[in-house]
Amino acid sequence: MASRPRIGVYICHCGTNIAATVDVEAVTEFAKNLPGVVIARHYTYMCSEPGQALIKEDARKLGLNRVVVASCSPRMHEPTFRAASQEGGVNPYQFEMANIREQCSWVHHDRDEATAKAKALVVAAVAKAARLEPLEDREVGVTPGAVVIGGGVAGMVAALDVAEAGFPAYIVEKSDHLGGHVADLNRTFPDLEPVAEWLPGLIERVQSHPNITVFLNAQVARVEGYVGNFEVTVSGSKVSGSGLGEPGTHSLQVGAIIVATGYKVFDPHRKPEFGYGLYPQVITTLEMERRLAEGDLAVDGKEPEHVVFIKCVGSRDKQLGNPYCSRVCCMISAKQAQLVRQALPDTRVTVFYIDVRTFGKRGEEFYDEARRSGVRYRRGNVSEIYRRGDRVVVRVEDTFLRRTLEVEADLVVLAVGMEARQDTDEIATLLKLPRSADGFFLEAHPKLRPVDTAMDGVFLAGCCQGPKDIPDTIAQARAAAASALIPLLRGTVPVISETAVVDPELCAGCGMCVEVCPFGAPALDPLWGVSRVNAVLCKGCGACAVTCPSKAIQVRHFRPDQILAQVDVLVE
Amino acid sequence: MASAKPAALVIGAGIAGIQAALDLADAGFPVYLVEREPSVGGRMSQLDKTFPTLDCSSCILTPKMVDVGQHPNIELMTYSEVVAVEGEVGSFHVTIKKKPRYVEEDLCKGCGACAEACRMHGRVIDTFNQGLGKRAAIYVPFPQAVPLVYTIDPNACIYLTRGVCGKTFKCKDACPADAINFDQKEQFVEVDVAAIIVATGFDLIDPRTKPEFGYGVYPNVLTGLEFERLSSASGPTAGKILLNGKEPKDVVFIHCVGSRDPHTGVPYCSRICCMYTAKHAHLVRDKLPDARITVFYIDMRAFGKGYEEFYDRVKHEGVIYRRGEPSEVFKRGDKLVVRADDTLLRRTVEVEADLVVLATAVVPRADTEAVARLLGLERTPDGFFKEAHPKHCPVESTRPGVFLAGCCQGPKDIPDTVAQGKAAAAAAMGVLHQAMGNG
Amino acid sequence: MQADIQELAKELGLGLDLLGCIQCGKCTGGCPVSITTALNVRFLVYEALVDALPDLGGMEELWDCTCCFTCVERCPKDVRPAELIISLRSQLVESGKIPGTIGDALMSIFRQGNPLGFAREDRAAWAEGLGIKSAREGCEVLWFVGCVPSYDMRSQAVAKAAAKVFQAAGVDFGILGTEETCCGNEVRRVGEMGLFEMLVEEGKPLLESVGAPTMVTTSPHCFNTFKHEYNLEGMEVLHYTQFLARLIEEGKLTFSGKVERVVTYHDPCFLGKQNHVFDEPRAVLQAIPGVKFVEMDRIRERSLCCEGGGGRMWFEGTNTEERLAFQRVHEAAETGAEVLAVACPFCMSMLEDAVKVQGLEDRLKVMDILELVAEAM
Repeated sequence: MASRPRIGVYICHCGTNIAATVDVEAVTEFAKNLPGVVIARHYTYMCSEPGQALIKEDARKLGLNRVVVASCSPRMHEPTFRAASQEGGVNPYQFEMANIREQCSWVHHDRDEATAKAKALVVAAVAKAARLEPLEDREVGVTPGAVVIGGGVAGMVAALDVAEAGFPAYIVEKSDHLGGHVADLNRTFPDLEPVAEWLPGLIERVQSHPNITVFLNAQVARVEGYVGNFEVTVSGSKVSGSGLGEPGTHSLQVGAIIVATGYKVFDPHRKPEFGYGLYPQVITTLEMERRLAEGDLAVDGKEPEHVVFIKCVGSRDKQLGNPYCSRVCCMISAKQAQLVRQALPDTRVTVFYIDVRTFGKRGEEFYDEARRSGVRYRRGNVSEIYRRGDRVVVRVEDTFLRRTLEVEADLVVLAVGMEARQDTDEIATLLKLPRSADGFFLEAHPKLRPVDTAMDGVFLAGCCQGPKDIPDTIAQARAAAASALIPLLRGTVPVISETAVVDPELCAGCGMCVEVCPFGAPALDPLWGVSRVNAVLCKGCGACAVTCPSKAIQVRHFRPDQILAQVDVLVE
Repeated sequence: MASAKPAALVIGAGIAGIQAALDLADAGFPVYLVEREPSVGGRMSQLDKTFPTLDCSSCILTPKMVDVGQHPNIELMTYSEVVAVEGEVGSFHVTIKKKPRYVEEDLCKGCGACAEACRMHGRVIDTFNQGLGKRAAIYVPFPQAVPLVYTIDPNACIYLTRGVCGKTFKCKDACPADAINFDQKEQFVEVDVAAIIVATGFDLIDPRTKPEFGYGVYPNVLTGLEFERLSSASGPTAGKILLNGKEPKDVVFIHCVGSRDPHTGVPYCSRICCMYTAKHAHLVRDKLPDARITVFYIDMRAFGKGYEEFYDRVKHEGVIYRRGEPSEVFKRGDKLVVRADDTLLRRTVEVEADLVVLATAVVPRADTEAVARLLGLERTPDGFFKEAHPKHCPVESTRPGVFLAGCCQGPKDIPDTVAQGKAAAAAAMGVLHQAMGNG
Repeated sequence: MQADIQELAKELGLGLDLLGCIQCGKCTGGCPVSITTALNVRFLVYEALVDALPDLGGMEELWDCTCCFTCVERCPKDVRPAELIISLRSQLVESGKIPGTIGDALMSIFRQGNPLGFAREDRAAWAEGLGIKSAREGCEVLWFVGCVPSYDMRSQAVAKAAAKVFQAAGVDFGILGTEETCCGNEVRRVGEMGLFEMLVEEGKPLLESVGAPTMVTTSPHCFNTFKHEYNLEGMEVLHYTQFLARLIEEGKLTFSGKVERVVTYHDPCFLGKQNHVFDEPRAVLQAIPGVKFVEMDRIRERSLCCEGGGGRMWFEGTNTEERLAFQRVHEAAETGAEVLAVACPFCMSMLEDAVKVQGLEDRLKVMDILELVAEAM
């Protein structure tokens, strides 16, 4: 079935990224003489339109049946060149890429050595290309609907977008109410708008939407399936018109999952120098929200003469393992400080800070207003708090005065940061989601795919991916909804073609592939006693192929003979 | 576009508009993507690396640019402008002006023979390279441009400005595809769409509004965006940091040039400068290991995912961070001197520099008011487009059916821009769904 | 120049991470002497970072640092600011620019193995007639007595109490007698790295040769350096409070008497802040029958330094007017305690002096935990 190879080889300059280190002309000349190669060319940017046009035109004119591009990582442009090959009439799976940038020009300095290595990578790619077989693109249908894990603002907003586009959305909320952390807030920055004026409306929209089902006191117990067709088992109580139903187990069939599990508030007991829990005068910003909502700022029945805010409590702190900025505390402090000034015009309010990070829309203006309202900003990270009579003393260096101060205060507010929730690991295991070094869920690409994950069909919304304020959370939640809606609206999803396949003649039915597969793709056929692969579940990871003692299971496109052909030419 | 589904219009094909268009198109809706410039890509295509991962900007952007160029559901209209919008949510009637390129799009192969032959070759200020290089009157802004079609700059072409260009058109003679057509006229296209996404991006403040920094006086005072081009492998110096052919030994970066400064009309924080400056400092350290690098800052705003960690990394590379906003830049001998109150040292310091890079403020596009009138949008006091509600409706504009994506609503970094682009797409999907009669 | 200082610190085996500093001031804000002296470690770091350090010779305040390491404990960026001071001190030591009293102490350690100017032969004189065996004979527990308890009269009482307690609990222990030599904890902290290295080179094989699985120290300072800086093999290092807490828990240390007194406790920096041993000393005190234990306000991670560490035993400091120990004894007295319990010979010395100077002798007695335990045997 293998046609006689007619291979086109294309060497990319990537501007100077490759050409400055690798002699692309020499590599091209070298490639021309490799077995099966009909044409070899080099070009400034193979990924550009004229670069791709070269492939298409050559393929048609010269009747190419294999294409090799030596450029960057396949993660970058394999889809681009596969598409170009296909347009030229070459099966996209008979395309092979040699990475002469990340694996060569970027990591070597000597031009001769880099050129020699580029040649080796090209010869290996050509050897594999000659053995590649045509495969077909495949698609599977999508179950309409999405599960949203978490019923905070992120989860609710994402669910509404899914519902508005005509699909069922299921919110799985761990607590007994919707609203998440925002429900605990009094007013929001920078407009000092009472949360009570908009959050109940949002909750009402969610609860009354015909396409949304809410589960409370609920959690996801099990997730099976794959993008387009997940089966999510939820244990909890379904909310219906008549109220909260009995606790039970519910099986939901959906095409996508949105994770919006939120964050954990930093526990200031872990900063013992602040005496939180020891001194009633020391409270968190969250506790301050409640006090501001109740209009009760009194300490021991007295109006405080001096209120101090301390920033970065639990954030920007390597020693605690939280090296990151929590992104909202500067604005929360500015808000609460202003509200104190409004409520108690005679009270002195001081904010101790390291850097003021009021970056959002109207953020800097809000900071200006805080200072104008009489809030004093002093640069210094408070070192400790202790008691002096009825008051507490805040010991801190004012880094501008270059002097250590002992500031007496009646109320000290700790601007506590955000951390990944304790159950992040559970959810990560359930959905096979990786986490970033800071503990939050890891997005597929920090720049261009901020809501996608390593798992197809699973998306991130809100603070479970990292600290965020409300507008950024909402934008990201809707972004996650957009990603989830794509397969739902299309009705189909592509599945990969490079899947594992079993040779029943060789298979001894030992079941090791079944054990090792993280996706549950292979299963033993009870009748024949051999393994069979569900190609829809298979991700082509190859774990089975390397485990199989009789080499009966192989991954299409990465068969041993194809890989060994690469190795052979390299060791020759 | 074969689909019978209702369509959307996306105005601006920077990363926000590209992302919004791709999401809508992937979901099966027809999209008209209108870009004023000859190529898609926007500001991101001008960047060298991106923080904090140091991914090469064009490397991660090009696949998306190629996608919008080839997507069956996207009708890409570059070098075009929206001139009229009528109707309301669900049924907008939009008029788009296609400006004449004087090059036939379907004939041009992008070979560049015309530009080589052009009498103005190497004589026209290259705006894509922020004026650091020169190009011809016929040009593509950058090699990965989509579409890769040459455009004649009507303000630089000798024929178009003077009516005559020697005895024969050099460009026409050189073109192997016979693609050049000076008879092209502007065309008007009318389309019906159910939703509109505005992703018109931002400008940078002219640093001459802060004359104390000597921009425009000293050639070695650059803006951050100019530095991007200087550092980019596809830039005029092929990625070498050279000024007048020489490598700088002392490099000084200045934050908040124009930002947080009501005097310049920019009371707000531009949100990206702290991090791109940290990235620039890293790039200088990477390319010039012995350079002395100083960053002057007021507050270090490294707030995003992995940002504080990146700031930490750059400090560990020996970049000196000094707190204080410099007061002036002047010349002493063959060096520049940056004078600042180091507020932590409590002393006025003078730091010598061979290169000074200004982190200039992100400001609304110069034509924001015109676009606002065209689309019936409101603006916030900072000049950017106003969202329906700053807290819970960050992508809806004040006009139903019109959504905002990216920096036209306010300064944003790339991840936040992409998220907002997708969010606008999600909002538009709801409108499109209802327009199909499902409302 | 920032690179030079960072490099120097690295060579000295210090974990200083100068370049990580964000100038937040957490270090100076918590520095016990930052209000009463000119020392500002945050500012020193900044001067080092922007190449603006002045001539070190004139900076007497560099010797004010007590090496309590509060700054190291609290620095959010893990810069370890105190180690900049140690690096700078080492430069001063190199050039001989050190206060005379510190020079004398170092010379005494070099010649006699103790900083107090006493003869090496007299080191074990306090133990005569107490029936303490030489560790050379082999023992389960090597007790490292330390310089101050060996020579200082007040602290000798603590050493004697320790011997009584260990014997009563049936511990198989021995001491090194005249072979015991200063641990060098303060030597390293005043920046005399050469002498410290010599002490480790000679001390490590000596200590390991005993073959005891456990070493117990009287002083938290000895405990700290042996635990972290000697890399002792096959030997667990304990402060005596940890050891006693273990004996009590195992039922090996029992009390027949009572101490009917109100007692409070002062955390030594080298035991508490630096080694997080907070609970064991309290457990021991609370196990003593009759003791009514009360806490002061500034305890554990927020404890106030007595100003005896980091070479300050040999250097008055620039803040002779207002001692932290003065504040501390008043705070102790205000709790109503009759006894201020300590677990460190330096704390004993600083706080006992403060009680006298502040005229609190009628109300407050400074006692080592060992003495209270011995009293209840």
